[in-house]
Amino acid sequence: MSAILLLARYFSASVRGQMQYPGSAITLGIAQFFATIIDILAAWALFDRFGPVQGWTFGDIALFFGMVSVSFAIADFLSRGFDVFGTEFVRTGNFDRVLLRPRSAALQLIGHEFRLSRIGRLAQGIVVIALSTAALSLEWPPEHVVLAAWTIAGGVALFMGLMVLQATLAFWTVESLEVMNLLTYGGVQAAQFPLSIYAGWFRNFLIFVVPIGCVAYFPVLVLLGKSDPLGAPAWLLPLTPAAGFVFFGAALLAWRFGVAKYTSTGS
Amino acid sequence: MPQILVQDLAKTYRVAEREPGLLGAARGLVRRRTRTVEALRDVSFSLERGELLGFIGPNGAGKSTTIKILSGILRPDSGRVEVGGLVPYADRIAHVSRIGVVFGQRTQLWWDLPVIDGFDLLRDIYRVDPVRYARTRDELVSLLRLSTLLDQPVRQLSLGQRMRAEIAAALLHEPDVLFLDEPTIGLDAPSKLAVREFVKRLNRERGVTVLLTTHDMHDIEALAERVIVIGHGQVLADSPFEQLRNDVLRERRLFIDFADDAPHIDLPGVEVRARGGRSLELAFDPSIVPAPRLIAAITADYAVDDVHVEQPAIEEVIARFYDLHGAAEA
Amino acid sequence: MTIARPYAAAFAARFMLLLQYRAAALAGFATQCWWGGIKVMVYAAFYAAAPAAASTSLSLSQTITYTWVAQALFALVPWTGDPEIGQAVRTGAVGYDRLRPVDTYGWWYARAAAWMTAKVVPRAALMLAFAGVLLPLIGLETWSWRPPPDVAQASLFAVSAVLLVALSSAWVMLLNLAAVRFLDERGVNALTASLIIVFSGNLLPLPLFPNWMQTFLFVQPFAGMLDIPVRIYSGDLVGERALAGLALQAGWTGFFILVGRIWMERLMGRLQMQGG
Repeated sequence: MSAILLLARYFSASVRGQMQYPGSAITLGIAQFFATIIDILAAWALFDRFGPVQGWTFGDIALFFGMVSVSFAIADFLSRGFDVFGTEFVRTGNFDRVLLRPRSAALQLIGHEFRLSRIGRLAQGIVVIALSTAALSLEWPPEHVVLAAWTIAGGVALFMGLMVLQATLAFWTVESLEVMNLLTYGGVQAAQFPLSIYAGWFRNFLIFVVPIGCVAYFPVLVLLGKSDPLGAPAWLLPLTPAAGFVFFGAALLAWRFGVAKYTSTGS
Repeated sequence: MPQILVQDLAKTYRVAEREPGLLGAARGLVRRRTRTVEALRDVSFSLERGELLGFIGPNGAGKSTTIKILSGILRPDSGRVEVGGLVPYADRIAHVSRIGVVFGQRTQLWWDLPVIDGFDLLRDIYRVDPVRYARTRDELVSLLRLSTLLDQPVRQLSLGQRMRAEIAAALLHEPDVLFLDEPTIGLDAPSKLAVREFVKRLNRERGVTVLLTTHDMHDIEALAERVIVIGHGQVLADSPFEQLRNDVLRERRLFIDFADDAPHIDLPGVEVRARGGRSLELAFDPSIVPAPRLIAAITADYAVDDVHVEQPAIEEVIARFYDLHGAAEA
Repeated sequence: MTIARPYAAAFAARFMLLLQYRAAALAGFATQCWWGGIKVMVYAAFYAAAPAAASTSLSLSQTITYTWVAQALFALVPWTGDPEIGQAVRTGAVGYDRLRPVDTYGWWYARAAAWMTAKVVPRAALMLAFAGVLLPLIGLETWSWRPPPDVAQASLFAVSAVLLVALSSAWVMLLNLAAVRFLDERGVNALTASLIIVFSGNLLPLPLFPNWMQTFLFVQPFAGMLDIPVRIYSGDLVGERALAGLALQAGWTGFFILVGRIWMERLMGRLQMQGG
């Protein structure tokens, strides 16, 4: 419980810090909105020139993309500390200070900074979901809303797991690596299109190794009222976001291993 | 039961080596060479509750490694370490809630936040009871004269102000043990005095155990009765400071202004260090010829205007000590 | 040559610094491969769905090559100003740059060019090795980075690549000046970065945008930061159109440098008056 209270205080402190430069926060938010919405622009241009692909239309792609964007926006909001872990904590030695406080390091890193500009991506995701709803005349009955929330929760867990893994890598390489960006930003990009478009081994990677497919593709099929062209059973589809939570748990284990390594070899 | 116990501490690091030049950098992309550094070979000492220990040594001697192990952020390769009955690296959270650590020139406070907001955040991090916190905070604010600074963001403070705020921050949770790592570095003279004064009172009046590492020997002079000198990962000396001084550099200096031209002095145990027109600087060993006898001997034969005696500067004592033990920085 | 020495020294120092982080270099490479791979798979799916529509622009293999070259040259696209200059502005150290007996614009320009070139050379080499050599070797020729159709195109590409660096560096200078002017330059960088991603062809090859946009897309400044060089390379822009592309690159470079120098004079004049 005191962890939640502490996070609330961290949040308030972070917001106050950013409010000292309100112009900057707003500009960055707007910039992020545009930076993230251009991907859907590319999809639109491609559908405009080529027409439907394998039975998928622009509206379908928009829903895949909007959902995963919302998931990532929330995860990004919560994991800045892990994102900059290498440069701001390991390289500077500031991680020592984290260890000198009587709280779990992970909790302190979540509380490190809550960037308000991430609202840009969140807004973009919502706009794109709206675009999809309009393009496909989608209906949103309560069970779909619940499924969407559950899907997004699984997505948040997955992406946060990736950020935790990125931070863990920094114990060995010091500088924050682009490898994880590959999986987070790249994952968001890959999730834009239905898995059936990708080659087999890549599809399997996105299902079993970094289960983005489980938090972006399978459950959204249900929302679209479509079945999986690859034959995944219909009852399984709504359950797959659980994979995100499993991934997050594994990432935390790796993190603890990294912290143990840090305390035995120093900085 | 000592409050801090360190026995046979050993720690070795592996450091990556970089080759110079463009070709070296390119080779570094492919294969990395490492060498081992023995930071601590065999360090042992103990502190009782309420002691104030000065911890000195040349750079690379093993001071910060020892402090890191004592604070729980580094694990030793072998040896025993206990602080207040806890093993620092094993019981990290319990241990760190009872210690305070101040790093010179770095702050744990939040850069963009007003000082008081940073304090409140620490209260929540350390889960300090709000009533106790308010009292402790007010005391520290008054003792360290922070009341005008509380609403300012930390980035706007001068180094001296920041260090005072930093010390307060480290004490908000009333730790039994305080580690100070170069606390006066970069401070102006009045700030240094303020810090020393505060630490001395904290130790004397509240019984907080203090472990101070520093390169500023005046900190040592002002605060530490007991001093540990570390060199090459080993304890080279563990004694009261005066004893260290006497062991290392016993000589004293005698400065004499004569009424007439300075004469030649040739006495056992006495060496002429410098000669001016009417003045002499002599170095003498007080165990061979005590100061009063030397002065009497000279004034008996010559007319003397003024005389004073000095001990060598602390820096000289320590530098000589490092030299004697081959411990000077590589 | 002695005139160029300080700038050459700035170039070399920056270059060396960036070569040091081997893990980061490999990680960046992996990222590029992933992004390229995803895009290529998506494009292939679209082309397969409507082969007729494809004939109005690039062929699939040209689009695939475009994608790989875009990844290889990623670091040459000016996303941000030189972060050290942004830092120097915030701490006030930018005054020191003014004390050096060199032309500040030229000095910063050399640094920008070095910074981008150093980042791109190892990546481009690795990308070429992966997409240009490895993929064909393991039988994935259709997904690979194809060589230029002939020597003429390759030579024109070389010229265009140099102009790319010049153009990008000139733009980076504008971003640096924005940092001097606005103190917190992150917002400006972020907004213009999106613009550049779209209009340089990094997001989607420009020829794949709707036909009615093509003329505009060709003449706008950012085409020279990726689209024009890549299309010359793959033989999509030949002869007169290729030369027109080079001219556009050069023209926009000159324009940005001019604007940059004028702006710098104004800004630095104000800096000096504030003194302190």
